[in-house]
Amino acid sequence: MRKIRVLAAKPGLDGHDRGIKVIAAALRDAGMEVVYTGLRQTAEQIVNAAIQEDADVIALSILSGAHDYLFPRVMELVKEKGLDDVLVIGGGIIPEEDIPALKEAGIAAIFGPGTRTSDIVQFIKDNLKRKLD
Amino acid sequence: MTNSEFASRLAAWQEKLEALLAKRPERKQEFTTISGLPVERVYFPKQPDQEYLDKLGFPGEYPFTRGVQPTMYRGRFWTMRQYAGFATAAESNRRYRYLLEQGQTGLSVAFDLPTQIGYDSDHELAKGEVGKVGVSISSLADMEVLFDGIPLDKVSTSMTINAPAGILLAMYIAVAEKQGVSPDKLRGTIQNDILKEYTSRGTYIFPPAPSMRIITDIFAYCAAEVPQWNTISISGYHIREAGSTAVQEVAFTLANGLAYVQAAVDAGLEVDKFAPRLSFFFNAHSDFLEEVAKYRAARRLWARLMKERFGAKNPKSMMVRFHTQTAGCTLTAQQPKNNIVRVAFQALSAVLGGTQSLHTNSMDEALCLPTQEAVTIALRTQQIIAYETGVTETVDPLAGSYYIEHLTDEIERRAMEYIRRIDEMGGAPAAIEQGYIQSEIQQAAYDYQKAIESGERIVVGVNKFVGADEPLGELLRVDPKVREERCRQLAKLRAERDNQAVNKALAALEAAAKGDDNLMPRFLDCVRVYATLGEICDTLRGVFGEYKAPTII
Repeated sequence: MRKIRVLAAKPGLDGHDRGIKVIAAALRDAGMEVVYTGLRQTAEQIVNAAIQEDADVIALSILSGAHDYLFPRVMELVKEKGLDDVLVIGGGIIPEEDIPALKEAGIAAIFGPGTRTSDIVQFIKDNLKRKLD
Repeated sequence: MTNSEFASRLAAWQEKLEALLAKRPERKQEFTTISGLPVERVYFPKQPDQEYLDKLGFPGEYPFTRGVQPTMYRGRFWTMRQYAGFATAAESNRRYRYLLEQGQTGLSVAFDLPTQIGYDSDHELAKGEVGKVGVSISSLADMEVLFDGIPLDKVSTSMTINAPAGILLAMYIAVAEKQGVSPDKLRGTIQNDILKEYTSRGTYIFPPAPSMRIITDIFAYCAAEVPQWNTISISGYHIREAGSTAVQEVAFTLANGLAYVQAAVDAGLEVDKFAPRLSFFFNAHSDFLEEVAKYRAARRLWARLMKERFGAKNPKSMMVRFHTQTAGCTLTAQQPKNNIVRVAFQALSAVLGGTQSLHTNSMDEALCLPTQEAVTIALRTQQIIAYETGVTETVDPLAGSYYIEHLTDEIERRAMEYIRRIDEMGGAPAAIEQGYIQSEIQQAAYDYQKAIESGERIVVGVNKFVGADEPLGELLRVDPKVREERCRQLAKLRAERDNQAVNKALAALEAAAKGDDNLMPRFLDCVRVYATLGEICDTLRGVFGEYKAPTII
């Protein structure tokens, strides 16, 4: 069975990358293959990277409050490029009341501060859309 | 060492103190505890030895372990300075006026990310970010609104701005001119600390070399024209927020500081001309006594480095004057009201460590920008420490505690080990280029997270005593329409200003950037004719290029 491939990405101008880097390290320790885009990625760059890396999962992180624009924008492009079998998750400083709209847009789950990395690992394993063989 | 040597040093210190007190008396004639016991200005060991004199000495004197002023908070409290700003300049101006009415004593401006990265609000990359983490400023016109009705000779203003710090400072000087306030009257700080942007905070624009040149230009310009301005706030805050330990926070901050001093000395500036205006910014994390020791260790270590490495003679060149902010990364989204308690302890550690100014976080910041109610409680927390707890009545009250002094020594020693290692790599810029500082921080962050997940480290409400989450009521939201409004304002500005003058000023800036002339006067010329921040930064991008961060995980 091959490894799960994850693209960890920071959309927008936000520079807070402690969280995404910790999660990237934890996913790697859990046996996944992780590529981190680095800071300041546009939605286009992220979706292109996901295609290039043949990612099973896109993990987005925003702490600047721009999730309301940028998460749906990434999902628009994911759908446009036909990446319907890619699992997209998000995290950061995201008010509870914003979550329904983000899920509506196609983000499978939103993980806030205090989330255990093991819960994220489990969520990915349980909700992966692609087969690993 | 004899008692007589201590006695003569004490007498000399007291003599200087008397002269100071004649000019600036303390808050009260007599200080007492709540029960009426008299409280002395400073307490010393009964039998002071040479080690005491070398390591601790007298407050306001080298090596400044006991504080940078001889009377500390008996003279005056720290500056209570809440970092604030959101949406438009007009809205932020209202928040500033409210905070000043509530007894806040200094302003601290938060800019939105497009401003921090040098994009105007109408830039494509600004979509979704305008006004979110701070106020959006694209030109002098916005800055005029931001400080409307706030006399700039009466307040001190800290601006969290790095890559475009010189440009925002130029706007501030230009607003002051319009108020009739000359630059030599201006007090405040620009963060202007690019090295930690590369490792920890992420709002860089240009590569290291031209960034360092802009910083030394600002040092030189301000030494001559804006002498009361703190030209840089060398920041450990974000290094800690990115996950470092307390030792790493001190080490990497001071290593960055050494790099700035070296760059300025290499540019031909005299150390005692610019070093007195260097300031620092630290985090107040949760390990209460470790934090108190950390500030004391940072002061002593920096004083030694400045004296021994750069031959500084002016005591002010050796002082770590610092701002503190409580640790945002310790705020929990779970049971958010508990954050009020965390912040109070963290703030108290900063006060016991001798901070010059303080920001206390609001309880709701793991969820959103703080509401007015949450900010008010945070400010009240500082006021309770200042006016009720009594810790302000004597200088450096924890000195002499076996544990505190041990931690102070230990943090200093371990931080110095890091600094030596960084020296061997060629200094902080080289260590950053090699990814060393970044990977040290990341490893510490990951270790911390693993300790929480294994239950080795407890966070109340997160991995123990969970449940009973009472959601906060109101959250502050920034209207997405802010960007549309900003785009309209910018279109109007571009149509109405003298575009010929703008092009001329930008061309002169470009020429200066290609050569060696100080850029500050060119920034001033640009902002006065309402060239936008984006236009100015684009001009510099054209000459200097942009920094591309290595991805290290």
